[in-house]
Order: sequence, then C-alpha cells, then structure tokens
Amino acid sequence: MRVRRWTRTSGIFTASVGVVAVALALVPFNFGSDVIQKLTSLLILIILATMWNALAGYGGLVSVGQQAFIGVGAYATLYFAGQGIPPYVAMLLAALFSGLLALAISPFALRLRGAQFAIGMWVTAEILRILVTLNSSLGGGTGLSLIQLNQYDPIYQQAFTMWIALGFAVVLIATLFILLRSRMGTSLQAIRDDEEAAQSLGVRVGVTKRTLFVLAGAGCGAAGTVIIANSHFVNPGSIFSVQWTALIIFMVLVGGLGTFEGPFIGAILLFAIETVFSAGGAWYLVGLGATAAAFAVFLPAGIWGTVQHRLGIQLLPVGYYVEAVKPAKEGSAA
Amino acid sequence: MIWLNAVIQGVLLGGFYALLACGLSIMFGVMRIINLAHGDLAVLGAYVVWLLLSTYHVPLALAVVVALAVMLALGYLLQLAVLDRSLRSGVLTPLLATFGLSVVVQNALLIAFSPDVRSLGGDAGSLAISSWRLTSEISLPLLGVLTLAVAILVVEGLQAFLRRTTLGAQWRAASEDAEAARVVGIDASRIYAAATALAVAIAALGGIALALRSTFEPSAGPTQLIFAFEAVVIGGLGSLRGTLIGGILLGIAQALGSVVNPQYAVLAGHLVFLAVLAGRNSGLLSAARWQALRPRGGVTT
Amino acid sequence: MERLSAGHGLLQAVRDVSLELEAGQTLALVGANGAGKSTLLRSIAGVHRPTSGRIKLEGRDVTNIPAHRRVRLGVALVLEGRRLFPGLTVEENLRVAAATRPGPWNVEAVLEAFPNLRRLRRRTAGTLSGGEQQATAIGRALMSNPSVLLLDEVSLGLSPAAVDLVYGSFQKVRAQGSAMLIVEQDLGRALDVADRVVCMLEGRFVLEAKGHDLSYEQVTRAYFGLDRSVAADAQ
Repeated sequence: MRVRRWTRTSGIFTASVGVVAVALALVPFNFGSDVIQKLTSLLILIILATMWNALAGYGGLVSVGQQAFIGVGAYATLYFAGQGIPPYVAMLLAALFSGLLALAISPFALRLRGAQFAIGMWVTAEILRILVTLNSSLGGGTGLSLIQLNQYDPIYQQAFTMWIALGFAVVLIATLFILLRSRMGTSLQAIRDDEEAAQSLGVRVGVTKRTLFVLAGAGCGAAGTVIIANSHFVNPGSIFSVQWTALIIFMVLVGGLGTFEGPFIGAILLFAIETVFSAGGAWYLVGLGATAAAFAVFLPAGIWGTVQHRLGIQLLPVGYYVEAVKPAKEGSAA
Repeated sequence: MIWLNAVIQGVLLGGFYALLACGLSIMFGVMRIINLAHGDLAVLGAYVVWLLLSTYHVPLALAVVVALAVMLALGYLLQLAVLDRSLRSGVLTPLLATFGLSVVVQNALLIAFSPDVRSLGGDAGSLAISSWRLTSEISLPLLGVLTLAVAILVVEGLQAFLRRTTLGAQWRAASEDAEAARVVGIDASRIYAAATALAVAIAALGGIALALRSTFEPSAGPTQLIFAFEAVVIGGLGSLRGTLIGGILLGIAQALGSVVNPQYAVLAGHLVFLAVLAGRNSGLLSAARWQALRPRGGVTT
Repeated sequence: MERLSAGHGLLQAVRDVSLELEAGQTLALVGANGAGKSTLLRSIAGVHRPTSGRIKLEGRDVTNIPAHRRVRLGVALVLEGRRLFPGLTVEENLRVAAATRPGPWNVEAVLEAFPNLRRLRRRTAGTLSGGEQQATAIGRALMSNPSVLLLDEVSLGLSPAAVDLVYGSFQKVRAQGSAMLIVEQDLGRALDVADRVVCMLEGRFVLEAKGHDLSYEQVTRAYFGLDRSVAADAQ
C-alpha cells in the first residue's frame, strides 16, 4: 500500500495552471481595455469565491458578512492614497490592513457559533457601512473616487490593476493550497468531521480557524482594493452590501463547496452568465435566482462536487490517495 | 420625558420587528433553515394585499385574510418543492435555495409591479394615523399598539400550540429528530411543510404591517431582513418568546439611539446586538446562568 | 396469520437475504458490529431504502410505503441508541407516537408495564438514565400497537438489572401476540428469549435455526465466520 499525493492528472493540471497564470499576465500586451477590465472582474470573483470557500467549505465558518472586508479594503485604499501613498502601493497596504483587522476582531468573532457568527459578521459589515456613511472625509453616503489613479495613463491603470489582481489571486490561492497540503489541511478535515474529538486529540482548532479567518479577511480586502481600482469609485451602500455575499454563495455552492476546484468553476460560470445575460435586466436576475434554487434542489454538491463524486478525480492535489500495490510474487513489478 | 417616549415607541417598534421575525424563528427552530428570502416573502405579502385592493377593490380586512391564505399555500408548496430536498443535503444548501428564491421574488415583483414606492397607509384610513395622546410628549399610535398586540398573540398562540397540544408536541419531536419521528408514525415532511406555510404567512403579516406603517417597494425585503435576524439572535435561536423580547430590545435600542441623533438609530441597534453576542459568548456568565435567563418558550426550549 | 417477508439486495450492508416472521414469534438477529443488522431493521421499518427486494406485511407489499405510514400498518422500530425526543417529557414522548391501531397499549398500559416510569412521566426525556430511556423508547414503540416490533440493541449501555426489566416486559408483548425481531449483542439473552436465531456476517445470513436447538458454540462460530475458508473470501 502506498500513499500518494500527486496523480498524473493532477500533475498535468497543476502545471497547466502555472501556464495559464503566465498567459493571463501577458493579456494586457495583446488585448484591448475591455478584455483587461473583464478579466479583472473575473479575478475579483475568483478571489472572493476561493476565500469564502476557504472559510466556509474548509473551516466550517459560514460568514454572511465578508463584504465588511471588501469595503475595508476599498476604503483603506482611498485613505492611504489620500495620505500621499502611491495608489498601487496603497492597495497592497489596504489588503494587509484588512488582514490585520480580521486578526484584531478574531478573538471575539471566532467565539461565535453557527448563525450567531453568520449574522454577527453581517451586522459588523452594516456597522462599518453606517460609520463610513456618517464620515464626510470618506465621502459619506455619496461615495468617493480614487482620483489618485488619474495620474496614470488609462491603459497603464487597467494593466496594473489587472496585474495586481492576478498577483493577489496567485498569492492567496497558493497560500491556501500550501495550507491545505500541510498539517493544517488534515487538521481542518478533522475539525470538519468532529471538532470536539479533534480538539481532544490535540488539534489546534483555534489557530487553524484564526488562520483561515485572517486569510479570508485579507483576501476579501484585496478584492475590495481591486474593485475600487477597477471602477475608480466606491460608495458605502454598494461596497458593504450583503449582495456580495449572495453572489459569493452562488459561486461557491454552485461550483462545489469544500472542493478546491469548485470556486473557480462557480466564478467562471457567474462571470459567463453575467457577461452574456446581464442585458436582460430583471429577467436575467430571475433566471439567476432560479438557477441557484435548481442547483440547491438537484445538484447540491455543486458542479465540481458532483463530478468529483462520480469520477473520483482531483485536478489540484490537496488530498491523499491510497493505492494498493500488488505483492511482488504475483509477477510484474508494481 | 423624551426618553420615556422613546422607550415606549421602541417597544411598539419592537412589536413590529418581533412580528417580522417570528416566521424566521419558526423556520430556524423547526428546521434549522436560515431563510434569506424571508424579507422578500414579507414584501410579497404586502404586494398581494395591494393588488387585491387596487385591482379588485376588496376591502382591507378581507384582502389581508385572502393574502394570508395565499401565502400559507405558497409556503407549503415552497417546502415540499424546494426546501425539503435541499435540507437533506446539509446545512448550507438551504442558504443557496433561499438566496435563489430571494432573487426570484425581488425581481419578479420588480417586473410585475415596477420599482415605484407604495404604501398601504392610505387605504387603511384612520387605522394608520390614529393615536392616543397620553401626555404632551407621549402618544401611542394605534397601528403600533395593534402590531405589538398581534405579535404577542401570534407568539403566545404558537407557544400554547407547541406546549399544550399533542400536534404541537409532534412538531417539537419532528424538529428534534426527524428520523425518530418518522419511526414513531409522525410525518415529519408534512410538519415541515406546515411550519414553512405558517412562517411565510406570518412573514406576510409582518410585510403588511410594514406597508401600513410606512412604505414598501420590491427591494425592501433585505433592509428589513437584518432587523428580523437581529431580533431572533438576540432572543436566542429556537425560542419564540425570545424573538419577541429580542425584537422589543432592538426596538428600544434603536429608539434611544434616535433620540441622541436620528442617524444613529440603526447603529445603536447593531451595537446592542453585538453587545448581547459578546456577553453571551464571553464566558463571563456561565452557560447555565445564561440558560436560566433565557425566556422559556419556543420550539426547542 | 401475520407474516413479514423481506428479500434484499442492499449493496454493502445487507446482501440478498430473505426472512419470514410469523405472528407471536420472536426472532433474534445476532452478529458482530457492522454485520448489517441495523440496516436490515431500518429497511424493514422503512427508514432505509433497499436497493432491491420486497418487504411484505400480512401479504401486502409495503416496500414503497414510507416509514411513518408503515407504523400505522403495524411495524414499530426501537432505534439503536434509544433516540428519544430530548426536549419532550416522558409522557409527551409516548403521546406523540401514532395511536391509530386498535390494541391494548396506551399511556396507562405502558406505565403499568414499566412501573419505574410512572413517577418520571413529567420529566424531560433528556434527563433520564439509560435504563429509563430504553423503557420509554420501547413504550413509545408499543403505543402504535404494532404487530411487528423491531428492537435494535436494547441492552447496550444498560446495567444487568435494567436489561432484566426490559426483557421482562417482552413477556407482555408476546402475550399480546406481536412478533418481535430483536437485534442483540448479548448472545445469552438472545438464545434465551428467541424462538429462532439468525446470525449475520458481512451482510449475509450464515446461520438460521430454532433457538433451543443451537449451542452457544455453534452460534459463536457462525458469528465470527470461523466456518468459512479464508481463500473463498479473497476476491
């Protein structure tokens, strides 16, 4: 018997993911601004989906309030840029700040269970929204523009924004990947199966959850910085809106909760649907909602969850395979 | 005096929140479902009444009764067709299903009724504007008192049903262990459907109350939803009396906040919410003490 | 005449078994953990859907009838681990059980059969001891006046005295004419009380006989599969 982590399929796929990342980086040199901006939007969705999946699918922490960090990322960018820091550096700082904020509130937040945690995060987002609305230096209810971006040529703006988005995505996903393959990954599985038992065996439940919470906070903050850089403008009503969580839930559950590949599929699917159908206005949204409900009823494991179940394949190797090795005396070597 | 008036108005506001939150509490208490579409279903109820009034010129009271019947049926179907299946796949799947439902309802309303802001206050005539003047600074709006009364009636009625009737005991049994319930002859699926029907109808009642006391439009659902959730969580999940008290506490917090500054009203409510959560989970009071403080009453307590 | 017949082809847990039970008969189902006994009982009760096969009650095919309706037809299951409703009182636990079939069992009758429950009737089920819970669980199943009573591991976690009480109550059940299918780890008790014994191993029946014909040793051999060759299993 042998325990393996990589199969040929997963090896090929992981290599091609690297190729894809490089190809994406080269997009601004070959395509127009429309494509670049759309790609940036897609990257935002991918970041949000993977981060929420890390929290909920792997960590068991269902948050209905990640938009708190999205908003923090956006407004921190505004603030740092307003202090004279170059806007793209401000973005990095803002993402970091988001992570630190998550760390700061984690002692309180992680004590909450289940629905208390979910709604508690939502209320936190609402509090932030109100505080920003009441603060005129941050634009109040009408919002504020990231005017510091105007010092750059529009084409460079879009390219830099996309590269930063790509950079964020790669770093966040790679971090998650490494975490899941490390001891923490097995801890997470144990916690998911039975938290009390895991704790009694010495699994450091607190540290594990905190790590995911901070990562997700930083990640959603990073997405927030890209959102404001991509659209130049933000207002509290939309950036702190619970609609973000609704869309994230759609992506993650339709793609496949708790699978590594699922969020990507969900993000790409949502992006595709939005691009093709958004002209339909309210009808398009009715269709989106009906699709979500249909998935919940007929395909609850999500697209990738179902595929994985049926075919037993894994494209990105975060798990283990146990292989039976034939005894040598039966002829050909294993 | 202003403060006293604020508390009184807060209690009345709390009655409205409690009514709105009741259905949410039932669905969570009985089925552990977090219904993201709850607010939108409430608004849907208001629209049904509005439709009956404006197109068919049905008197208000009758319209409300018909709307409730419609929403009861809708809730029953909803559980059987959508929620029952998604329940079996885990805790998060109903979130997706109710999210989908929320989007469908909001946008269907938008398509059917346009984004115009409406109100049922006009049709209610004196009901909506009468009040009792107690002192020069304190008055009791009739609608507020009525809403609070209905909320208390609903909560206590459900309490009596759950605690004193055999069918109510069967509901509690189905909510604690569906499989054991089935093995003993209880049709858990039918109970869940009935619970959802009730929850949706009561939500509609809340929506109608909203429409009478202020305005509504297709996207009004989510705004109210967070207050309903706060009421449920403050009062303790699974406890109906808790939801009533939670709603009242929230209402008082918001009312007191608005005395300081009208812009602080909602914020005050949120802060009180977090304070309750912090206190409950800080370990300062032992779990047993909190349990003792918790109002006894509801599906699981 | 009451007959329960079941032919299953459940993958993994129960493989192609057939069983017949006559009115008033007590059948003991023994076997190691994981042998498939619970699954078989749950399939008969309707909680578990068999992959193939049929279940007939008094000649009527009930395979597609859901569990809560099968109770009305006379099948009652006492689940493994008791599974009382923890927030309900003892009396409420009894009352919620469907009482649509005519018969001698009601709250009073149950309290007479299990006198230790009488003073506990208003106590919340979650606060009872193991033996008291088991008594309540059996009483709850009896409330539907079943013609077939299925009991899954009723002696687990109970003191010998408590088990005595439980098995003592079986006399009354047999006197009413109900058939009983008992899953039991305690071989001694099983052989004592049963008319017939069936031993399961890895989903199959490996031994079927009248209870009094069997020796302890015979059952033990079947229990552990000592009579099968190792080679035959290595596929």
